[in-house]
Amino acid sequence: MTDNINDLESTARKLRRDVITMISKAGSGHPGGSLSAADIVTALYFSIMRHDPKNPHWPDRDRFILSKGHAAPILYAALAECGYFPLDWLDTLRKTGTCLQGHTDSTLTPGVDVSAGSLGQGLSVGIGMALAAKLDRKDYRTYVLLGDGECDEGQVWEAAMFAPNYKLDNLIAIVDFNGLQLDGATKDIMNLEPFVTKWRSFNWEVMEINGHDITQIIEALNSARKITAKPVVIVAHTVKGKGVSFMENNVDFHGKAPNKAETELALKELA
Amino acid sequence: MTNYSELSTREAFGKVLTELAAADNRIIVLDADVSRSTMTKYFAQAYPDRFIECGLAEQNMISIAAGLASCGKIPIASTFAVFASSRCFDQVRMCIAQPHSNVKVVATHGGITVGEDGSSHQAIEDISLYCSLPHFNVVVPSDAIETVEVIKTAISTEGPFYIRLGRSKTPVLYPGGCAFKLGQGDKLRDGKDCTIIATGIMVSMAVQAADSLSKSGIQCRVLNMSTLKPIDQKSILDAASDTGAIVTAEEHLLHGGLASMVAQIISCNKPVPLASLGINDTYCKSGKPEELLEMQGLTAGDIVEAVKGVIKRKKGL
Repeated sequence: MTDNINDLESTARKLRRDVITMISKAGSGHPGGSLSAADIVTALYFSIMRHDPKNPHWPDRDRFILSKGHAAPILYAALAECGYFPLDWLDTLRKTGTCLQGHTDSTLTPGVDVSAGSLGQGLSVGIGMALAAKLDRKDYRTYVLLGDGECDEGQVWEAAMFAPNYKLDNLIAIVDFNGLQLDGATKDIMNLEPFVTKWRSFNWEVMEINGHDITQIIEALNSARKITAKPVVIVAHTVKGKGVSFMENNVDFHGKAPNKAETELALKELA
Repeated sequence: MTNYSELSTREAFGKVLTELAAADNRIIVLDADVSRSTMTKYFAQAYPDRFIECGLAEQNMISIAAGLASCGKIPIASTFAVFASSRCFDQVRMCIAQPHSNVKVVATHGGITVGEDGSSHQAIEDISLYCSLPHFNVVVPSDAIETVEVIKTAISTEGPFYIRLGRSKTPVLYPGGCAFKLGQGDKLRDGKDCTIIATGIMVSMAVQAADSLSKSGIQCRVLNMSTLKPIDQKSILDAASDTGAIVTAEEHLLHGGLASMVAQIISCNKPVPLASLGINDTYCKSGKPEELLEMQGLTAGDIVEAVKGVIKRKKGL
């Protein structure tokens, strides 16, 4: 746990290197959306969230749901760095017999609460956790990370309608708005705009930030804790592939592993 | 105390749920704007804080239920069987089946006896869909008294359940109480000539058919196969060995339901003549439940004819 921004930035860089290395070794995976989420995941796991890697089922822990389950590598990197499992597990990503599946699997990975990969479901699961906290009068919070492309799914909006109706001020959604999805730019595939207006009209408290500025991320997450009687969504503007020049804003690296030369170059840029 | 013998299976569910909830505050009920029909309204009235109205959003409801289960609750998610199966199948698959989530999906208005509402409301694929999911327990109680035991079992047994209930009142099969055991068929009649394996509302018709056949000297075993998954393979194979002929009956598509499961088990282990009554690859229409059952060949009389047919085949006639 740290509030030192330099330390957090350095951790985020380390997690990005882990993402590149593990996807490269796996020979497949989703680097673009893992890199865009790296700073958000870092802020949550290394500064904001109340959690205990030695006790992954601690009932009072804050919950994190990676609804965009294809970004599993960034979550695995954070969990390993926190000590939920040994770092060398990262080398087994996507391989037969591994505990680190291509998309998150709650039955196999310590620290992973939700199996994801079929998009659009995580916010609803988070609602269930937030409702349980209210019923049990517990003060843990539930954080759900969604992709912008994921918001094409109708279920996201079922959940968006539900959470304010139940005044779930212990639920924080974060949208990793990197502007790209598998087939191209979100604005071309299925325009989401006016995105902020949509959430606001669903009665959410909406914040907009630069999703790569760790200071801004932490400030937003801290101020989200002070909002009462309604849920908070943080629209985090990000760059797909952030940190690796040739992956940035490049839709080709949505779901493609870097080759050997690309891996070396990427790791050099992230050194 | 509630007199369950006078109730439909959905009424029995609503009542027993409310009774059980008093002793177990982990029980949370979710409904999708049909609580007055699923009968979760009794629970909603008694425990408003533990009743979660999801509105008409079944996908959201199922995933919320999974989130609650991951925090130690026992969520009962209820809506009509058509919506509980096909409308939110991916959510059921990803949020409940794959992670072995402790969610109980209790669906009412199963089968064609929903009647007048027509094909959009007649669940005929639900058993097949839920049985296809690894980790799920799938149960179709035959009357109100068995329903009470099934609900108790589901709540006390860790893991995913799909329970299909009906809209209409069903005849009482267990006036003296029911010793339901998950995964075990219940022998309601015994005989050496043929076995009728039935589930849900077809069980009482199977008993009627057996009693009528008995008068003409044909003795049938009747198995109430309320648990479709895990299916009671032993009782099915015993039936094949002991009686040499089997008839199945279900208010569901033949494909993927009881008929398919029995056929698979006996054909791999102990092939005997088999006839299956169910819905044959079609959607049904609006109408009175009893008329629809007649149109689909799902009456006690149809079972009688099917039994005579398999016995002829057994004798090589």
